[in-house]
Amino acid sequence: MLTRENLVNLILALGLLAVPLAANALGQPFYITLATRVAILALAATGLNLALGVGGLVSFGHAAFFGIGGYVAGIVAAHNFSGDPLLFGFSGTNQMWIIWIVAVALAGLVGLAIGVISLRTSGVYFIMITLAFAQMVYYFAVSWPAYGGEDGLSILVRNQFPGVMTMVPLNYFLICYIILLLGIALFAILRASRFGAALQAARQNEVRVATVGIQPYRIRLTGFVLSAMITGLAGALFADLNRFVSPSMLSWHMSGELIVLIILGGTGRLFGPLAGAALYVAFEYALGGVTERWQFFLGLILLLVVLFARGGLLGVLAGKARHG
Amino acid sequence: MDKVMVEPVLQISNLVKNFGALRATDGVTLDLRPGEIHALIGPNGAGKSTLIHQICGTLRQDSGSIRFAGQDVGALTVAERARLGLGRTFQVSSIAPEFSALRNVMLAVQAKEGSSFRFFKPVMRDKSLIDTAMAMLERVGLTARARVPAAELSHGERRQLEIAMALALRSRTFLLDEPMAGMGPEGSKSLTRFLDGLRREAPILLVEHDMDAVFALADRISVLVYGRIIATGPVEEIRRDPAVRTAYLGDHA
Repeated sequence: MLTRENLVNLILALGLLAVPLAANALGQPFYITLATRVAILALAATGLNLALGVGGLVSFGHAAFFGIGGYVAGIVAAHNFSGDPLLFGFSGTNQMWIIWIVAVALAGLVGLAIGVISLRTSGVYFIMITLAFAQMVYYFAVSWPAYGGEDGLSILVRNQFPGVMTMVPLNYFLICYIILLLGIALFAILRASRFGAALQAARQNEVRVATVGIQPYRIRLTGFVLSAMITGLAGALFADLNRFVSPSMLSWHMSGELIVLIILGGTGRLFGPLAGAALYVAFEYALGGVTERWQFFLGLILLLVVLFARGGLLGVLAGKARHG
Repeated sequence: MDKVMVEPVLQISNLVKNFGALRATDGVTLDLRPGEIHALIGPNGAGKSTLIHQICGTLRQDSGSIRFAGQDVGALTVAERARLGLGRTFQVSSIAPEFSALRNVMLAVQAKEGSSFRFFKPVMRDKSLIDTAMAMLERVGLTARARVPAAELSHGERRQLEIAMALALRSRTFLLDEPMAGMGPEGSKSLTRFLDGLRREAPILLVEHDMDAVFALADRISVLVYGRIIATGPVEEIRRDPAVRTAYLGDHA
């Protein structure tokens, strides 16, 4: 059904594809990298959007999952390069798909550990406890010299994907783009399912959910873990894009940035994260060239969105969210 | 056989709940038998809400027991008690405001049918879920408002919606917390008629201030004052009880 929202979504998806194709034709690889960055940040924010937008869980610690995904890519690649065994005789790999699986699994496990404790709280306490856990992971990475500590870890050669030259910028963009679309599709499927109905209802009215016999805690925990997994996958892609991973991926700035993306794009909206990421990166690029203080202006825009356009960019373009 | 027939669905014994020095529930013993409407009345601050919270599981009693559907539920969560068949409505309606009336009821149907851990099939294409929910909405007379966001429903319609959700759970007991509150005279009348029929489905513990409704519906009445049940019995007996008259009924009776 071609509703106004679907049309906006289609334009966003095609727009993100058109930019690198045009840049490639014009020989401007820098813009391809920019578009890849948008795709990856959008994927990370799509993960957070499941917890925050659908489930109302304002996690201020999703950088932990993003960074864990990044470090998985970095560490596994470093071991593959040096040949030093990593675990159980496994000495790393340069195959992206294996890295992705490990990144998703590890982010999910850490998400489970953080969620089990954090979800016993709510509101401001939940925000603070997720932040605290993410900071623990951050300081752990900073103080772990084996993998670069504060300086981070370089990935000398971008990891491989069967049949694709990943070092070609457009190829790597396409990998990230396809994964983003799959991530958005997964988000849509989950949101429309029974699980999604329960997760949304738990955000709207926790008491009502319990009164019909559904434990809100279990629903939220599942949502939180799935959310962490998607954001973890984005982290692995981000590390391979930059061929570098550092504790900055784990810092609270990153967690905040993901929340900002969602608010800019439209909380809980299917293509909100993509809209937000596109706006954010465009802003960073356009204003970043003019002034070092571009984030001041970003702050102003965020303020305007929160005051006058609660639904974010999607809300402005496609109207209010509908729930059927 | 006779003994089985009168086995109460809900049996509360010697329930005590303290808030600091205040004894909000003071040795309450109360039961609900199949097929009856048992009204719980009492002045404001008598501890009715505290008692309901304990029955539903939002508050844990300090001592005493709550048996429901043949088992001790005193340590179970709200959701676990609901799954056993404890359906309730709230003094201030509790609904998922962004969802349509239909989706609110669908949530109850999916909870009753089993798992909410199904991740792939879209609920809006789940015909059995929708049909069952629509049937419940029809019973409470909300068919025409099925697709309206619950936030936009009127006060009375939200009450009906809550009852539809309790019906969808195929509750063994209905716990209705002041269903008449805020309803106009017309609404009260039609709700009274509806509840009168509902007792055939499952017994009702009715907490209510509206004495007309209580006298019209109740098989038995219990009077709660300062956390204690001061009288329990058939309507006529309660009307005549001198202690009740002084404590509560006043010129009403």
